[in-house]
Amino acid sequence: MAAPLTFLLIVAVTIRAVLFRSSLAEIISERVEVVSPLNAWKRVVEGLALLDLGVSPYSGDVFHETPLIIYLFHFVVDYAELVFMIADGITAVALYLSIQTYNKNVFRKQKYALESDRYPADCLELLRSPKEMFYIPLKVAMFYLLNPFTILSCVAKSTCGLNNAIIALFILCTLKGSALLSGIMLALATYQSIYPLTLFAPALLFLLQRLYIPVNLRRSSFWSFTLQYAFIYVGSLVVITGLSFFLLGSWDFIPSVYGFIFSVPDLTPNIGLFWYFFAEMFEHFRLFFICVFQINVFFYTIPLSVKLKEHPVFLIFMQIAIISIFKSYPTVGDVALYMAFLPAWSHLYRFLRNIFLVSCVLLACSALFPVLWHLWIYAGSANSNFYYAITLLFNFGQILLVSDYFYAYLRREHHLTHGLYLKKEDGTEATLVLK
Amino acid sequence: MAAHRCGLSLVIILIVSSLTHPSRCDTLTKSNDNTGEKQSVSDALREANADESNAGEEMNERQWQSTDVELDRSDGTKDSESFRLAPAKDQFEEELVIRPLHSGDIYASFQFRTLWDTDFLQEGQKVSHYRLFPKSLGQVLSKFSVRELHISFTQGFWRTMQWGQPFIPSPPGAELWVWFHHTVSDVDGNWKELTNVLSGIFCASLNFIDLTNTVQPSASFKPLGLGNATDHRFLRYATLPREIVCTENLTPWKKLLPCGSKAGLAVLMKSEKLFHSSFHSQAVHIRPVCQDEQCTNKAWELRQTLNVVFDLYTSGQGKKEWSLFKMFSRTLTEACPLAASSKVYVDITDNPEGELFELSPATPLLSQAVVLGDRRTYSVYDLTRAETFGQLRSFNLLLRWKGDSGDMLRPLLHAERYVAGFGLQTGEIHTVIYNNHPYRAFPVLLMDSVPWYLQLYIHTLTVTSKSRDNKPSYIHYQPAKDRHRPHLLEMLIQLPPHSMTEVTVQFERALLKWTEYTPDPNHGFYVGSSVVSALVPSMVAMNTNFTQDQPLFSSFVPVKEESSYFVRVYTEPLLVNLPTPDFSMPYNVICLTCTVVAVGYGSFYNLLTRTFQVDEPSPPLAKRLANLVRRIRGVPMLA
Repeated sequence: MAAPLTFLLIVAVTIRAVLFRSSLAEIISERVEVVSPLNAWKRVVEGLALLDLGVSPYSGDVFHETPLIIYLFHFVVDYAELVFMIADGITAVALYLSIQTYNKNVFRKQKYALESDRYPADCLELLRSPKEMFYIPLKVAMFYLLNPFTILSCVAKSTCGLNNAIIALFILCTLKGSALLSGIMLALATYQSIYPLTLFAPALLFLLQRLYIPVNLRRSSFWSFTLQYAFIYVGSLVVITGLSFFLLGSWDFIPSVYGFIFSVPDLTPNIGLFWYFFAEMFEHFRLFFICVFQINVFFYTIPLSVKLKEHPVFLIFMQIAIISIFKSYPTVGDVALYMAFLPAWSHLYRFLRNIFLVSCVLLACSALFPVLWHLWIYAGSANSNFYYAITLLFNFGQILLVSDYFYAYLRREHHLTHGLYLKKEDGTEATLVLK
Repeated sequence: MAAHRCGLSLVIILIVSSLTHPSRCDTLTKSNDNTGEKQSVSDALREANADESNAGEEMNERQWQSTDVELDRSDGTKDSESFRLAPAKDQFEEELVIRPLHSGDIYASFQFRTLWDTDFLQEGQKVSHYRLFPKSLGQVLSKFSVRELHISFTQGFWRTMQWGQPFIPSPPGAELWVWFHHTVSDVDGNWKELTNVLSGIFCASLNFIDLTNTVQPSASFKPLGLGNATDHRFLRYATLPREIVCTENLTPWKKLLPCGSKAGLAVLMKSEKLFHSSFHSQAVHIRPVCQDEQCTNKAWELRQTLNVVFDLYTSGQGKKEWSLFKMFSRTLTEACPLAASSKVYVDITDNPEGELFELSPATPLLSQAVVLGDRRTYSVYDLTRAETFGQLRSFNLLLRWKGDSGDMLRPLLHAERYVAGFGLQTGEIHTVIYNNHPYRAFPVLLMDSVPWYLQLYIHTLTVTSKSRDNKPSYIHYQPAKDRHRPHLLEMLIQLPPHSMTEVTVQFERALLKWTEYTPDPNHGFYVGSSVVSALVPSMVAMNTNFTQDQPLFSSFVPVKEESSYFVRVYTEPLLVNLPTPDFSMPYNVICLTCTVVAVGYGSFYNLLTRTFQVDEPSPPLAKRLANLVRRIRGVPMLA
């Protein structure tokens, strides 16, 4: 399996290298879909330039990266292209290894269930064969590396690629069962963009499941592990934040990075739901709606954890998808990360209800973004509503996609316990509905 | 707008005057026993009275001044020519400089200087003694602990390439810069209040000055008066490039003059003529100055300047001919009786032999002054002399061009600015600075204050001279904070001789909240002028002894060294378009976005709370009815 992965990496790097050398790189790095105020490379360079001038990068409102990013690029700014390609490679390899581990787990569990005869007889066709699972990790890596969204994001040198790498490493560490590394990586991801803190729940669930500790609030083993993991997480978060403080000697980065993420002061258009909504918001409702929209990201964590407590990896996927839809400054790089997981759920395909519609919507929107942007900003023949309509549709498509996969996953689980061809009491074929 | 501003100003003036009303009587009684002051005024008055005996009665606006005149008349006649000997306490001077420009336009520059002899450096001292100095401004100075105040209102743009350097430059719109006393603790609070009060006094929208357009330049704006304060924490600078200057601003400005617009040069200021011009700029400069060389006597100096450029060439059917009456639709009949000197200067440097134009009435008085690095010759008309007005008791200066004047002026320092790029996403500001000196290089300070909604990228800053990189030796950059403060960029650039230096910096346009746009958002947003300040090498030796008696226009900026003179050049303000949201859509956007969020919420909620169940459809209504009937009949049910 190493050979195809190496080949894939070479292809991906070649594509990126060619694009970096072409004149397209500059155009791509200005695209609002690809870079947001949070992760634009131009702003990283600006922050470094401000440091050189002896001005704190956080004294202005251009730079919103974390201090560790400045110090990373302080040393490697000349090799930035390499750094971003390596980050993409790390993400792909980490996803590859994680999915491989996950598949092994799934297969083992399925084997035990089969041996203990827990599946209904007609469910055999729902079971996953090693043959079809063999190429899934590779497909995941390919979905990430060759996804045009990832390529654009990498060529634009959006630091979103680095965040994705951290999240991928976090997933890998979690799936490999290392609570310490998983906690540290999660702290890093949280430090980078705050939202991944919702991944705490699935990671904890997975680690508990791996150690065969039942989720039972009255069990001391549950609490001791939870506290242990939380301590690792919070401890490394404190250490990283303290380190940033000592690097810069001030707490200015807290309002400038996290305040900026939460209060959404920059309304530069992006593919998310926030910009136009808050550009058009009535002033006295602004705070209320900011709270509502931000809570929306964190809101689904607890119910999803309850519903999917047996399936933490799917929960990770759901969380990442929800973050990338509802975060305040989303870019296509965020979308690419959760889309990379789609091959891992290829066995859900038969239960997807409107995958065709959703793919059409997402493809059409991706094509229409630059067109309508051009009409609004350059040609002047359209106005902001056109671009807004497309972002709305794009997010609608994403929501449909995610909820469709959620539906399919739940439905497959239902069939695995109740049988695939359900019969009514009178023996006729039954239809399954949500009630 | 105008009605609002005037309403506000009226309220503020009322408050100010009601607070300080009792002081008026004091002024009169005190001035009686203060002989030194009387002498100056009485002397000035006697000269004026020789021409116009009842000047005092005409000034209904300033009753106390006319009473003062009466008092002086009774005992002041005994004083002889003691004006030069006794040090003047308060003093008022007025002058008008007329310079025919090469483009055929006429540049008329009024300057009025009031010296107020008061011990301003003593803290906590309530000053209630006002003679010539306007009380409204005096109170503002003491209330807000102002050390120096410069305010200008300008309509139109000064074309340096065609018109040369103005005596006192000003950017289009309104400009205000203030040095506060170093004892002020809450500078921002004082600044906020001060702008609001000035807004009332000058009937202008200065109340729109807030933290988002105020900067603290570190080097470009040094105090022009006494004291060498360098701590720029006490300096505030703001411009309002969109401010429109009109009659409503001129009227309060004229009222600050001791004679109002009733007598002296100010009678020429008829707004219908002044605003029918290519360029109009009125300013007030207040600063502490020395009255003598040893600086034993200090005084507040109030300089009111008004600069106008008339385009008489095109409006006069191509005839190059002008007169005071043509320009101002008035002639002069008297000097301001309170003025110690009242003069009209006409620049005749280009016309030494009288071959270019002809001045009438001719004057024997000539004066030479070194202005802006150039020695100029002026014909002087002294309005305090009776013979200036001639037989008709009216002075109408007339100038008739004979030949065609040729060369365009090439100012040594010139700057211009524009925005490059297309679309509403990014752009680039280009500032081009010309050094036209043939062999001398000199440094200039460039100051840019850019509003926060244009996000500057300082790493894209390039400075090129003669197509080579010219690294600024000093850069002071303060990045903007969204909705809090603007960008401030100050640079010290060395300009090579005879060169063009281009400064470019890229910016990104922000999308604002729909309530942050101006009423006409597609008109664009103004970016204030950049300021280029420089010590330009002088062609002739500058006069460093500024206490010496010299025309007002040549003595504004203190000259420190003979070899160079200070020049400030303002570039054009920029008009930048920003992307706009659809202003009619707030409800729709809120509804639609919330719908999408609700779709997400709804579908997740559905999947989270419900479980899969086998659907058992209820039988259709007809079948249920049939079954009901069958049950009654006792027949087997339908399946």
